[in-house]
Amino acid sequence: MHSKEQLLLKSPLELLEKYPYLEAFFTNQAVNMMADESMTLKQIMIQMDESGAEDTAFDATHFLDQLHDFIGQMQEFSGVNSQVVEVLTILPGTDKSGQPEGFVELNFKKSTITSIVGPTGSGKSRLLADIEWVAQADTPTSRTILVNNTKPSTDWRYASGKKLVAQLSQNMNFVMDLTVREFLELHAGSRMIANASIIVDKIIDAANDLAGEKFKADTPITSLSGGQSRALMIADTAMLSSSPVVLIDEIENAGIDRKKALEILTGEEKIVLMATHDPILALMADQRIVIKNGGIHKVLQTSEAEKSMLIKLEEADRRIQQLRTKLRSGESIVDDFFP
Amino acid sequence: MNLITISGPPSSGKTAVIIKTAETLMKRGVKIGAVKFDCLHTDDDVAYEKAGIPIKKGLSGQLCPDHYFVSNIEAVLEWGLKEGFDLLVSESAGLCNRCSPYVKEIKAVCVIDNLSGINTPKKIGPMLRMADIVVITKGDIVSQAEREVFAARVHAVNPTAIVMNINGLTGQGAYELSTMFIDSEQHVKTLKGKKLRFSMPSALCSYCLGETRIGESYQLGNVRKMNLEENSNA
Repeated sequence: MHSKEQLLLKSPLELLEKYPYLEAFFTNQAVNMMADESMTLKQIMIQMDESGAEDTAFDATHFLDQLHDFIGQMQEFSGVNSQVVEVLTILPGTDKSGQPEGFVELNFKKSTITSIVGPTGSGKSRLLADIEWVAQADTPTSRTILVNNTKPSTDWRYASGKKLVAQLSQNMNFVMDLTVREFLELHAGSRMIANASIIVDKIIDAANDLAGEKFKADTPITSLSGGQSRALMIADTAMLSSSPVVLIDEIENAGIDRKKALEILTGEEKIVLMATHDPILALMADQRIVIKNGGIHKVLQTSEAEKSMLIKLEEADRRIQQLRTKLRSGESIVDDFFP
Repeated sequence: MNLITISGPPSSGKTAVIIKTAETLMKRGVKIGAVKFDCLHTDDDVAYEKAGIPIKKGLSGQLCPDHYFVSNIEAVLEWGLKEGFDLLVSESAGLCNRCSPYVKEIKAVCVIDNLSGINTPKKIGPMLRMADIVVITKGDIVSQAEREVFAARVHAVNPTAIVMNINGLTGQGAYELSTMFIDSEQHVKTLKGKKLRFSMPSALCSYCLGETRIGESYQLGNVRKMNLEENSNA
């Protein structure tokens, strides 16, 4: 990597060739870096007289520091990216009353699903915040989070492109005025992904597979239906989000194929956490944690009996869906639901 | 006493973030006071009082809020010292996007929200670029992808800042932010002689002084003309 002095002697164009991700950095400067391609950074800075710098609020020293940091972080970022989070571990702390939590060590492995149950306000947000902040016995619960069985680097806390948890919930909406394709390309661009179009197509296919009604790549994201939006969010989070952990908050009535949605996420090696009280979703998980009074009260493995119960529940669910379809198409219902 | 300056565009959630963060600190016995700088109107002092935080408010009226801030912060600091606070929080709204409310060696936080649009980070000047911590709010109502894109844009504008997502309604993330508010090594006794991180927007024309008439002959002082001939954005 170049030192600050070396950076000064290069032109923005030369730097772009060596560090393509600088495009984002340069375009976000108030100053047009590409005005004269032959000029070095040093010349650009000298040329900008005091009043010009004042107008654009440009501070040359500060700019150089940030440029240097940005390159450093991006180089690290692309290297760190390859390191997969195989397992996330929680070591117990205490609940709101100071009582120790009801487990010894809680592991979340990649490609597995954990459901979280417990009343509203019981401590789900705190649990999530602990994971996000990779707590080291320094939050109100005194929990400790390990990544791949070791004390994690503080990057998970402070580095901006590196967050442990991605979140999906019923209340989230798209707000950008873009088509599905433009939107996904923008997201891929922010992750500096090389062959964006391949992954964009893959996401659109996967989302259409989840949604009841299909949508096209040139549909504006804000005009997608609730189910289509949820489907796109899930497929996008599975394939484009940098976060290894995905928290799904109450997607009970999302109007999507929930089983397939979970399969996509686990297929992309995500650690899936799912806050839900829907028996079908809760039992699809490999384990479930019960939250009470701000602490993890107990951890249950999904039993064989529960798994066979799940098959029956899914069958019942399928039949309710059929009834719904019949009603929608104007048919009468015959009482053969409970044989 | 610790001093922290917090700013951000109007309605980005500054007050909510500060109050949630202050609550977690007060639980740990930290004595907090706040000052709110605004331009024409604020009701936020009521919110602070309700949370049990002693508050002073200052309205800049027809003056540039930044200039008003810097001419008053010293006196506010003295108030804070007299009251015996452990932490004094200064909140100011960035109104012209060129705002530059940060002081060297005093921790600076910029609050900006996910709904403000992905080009907003680029439009905001020193207030975002010179901050030590950038808090992004309203993440609970936009998609994960939009949060990631927005954070990436903030990072491109200010690569050195710590970027945090905070929910101003539930307070998720506020405890974590609070751990960065208190530095036991910091004892701010005076701001005399300290410097701003970046010069403030200048404003010294006849209109600053109350002129209302339009026309070349009324324009005195620091006046600038648009160049309508050129097609460049320079």
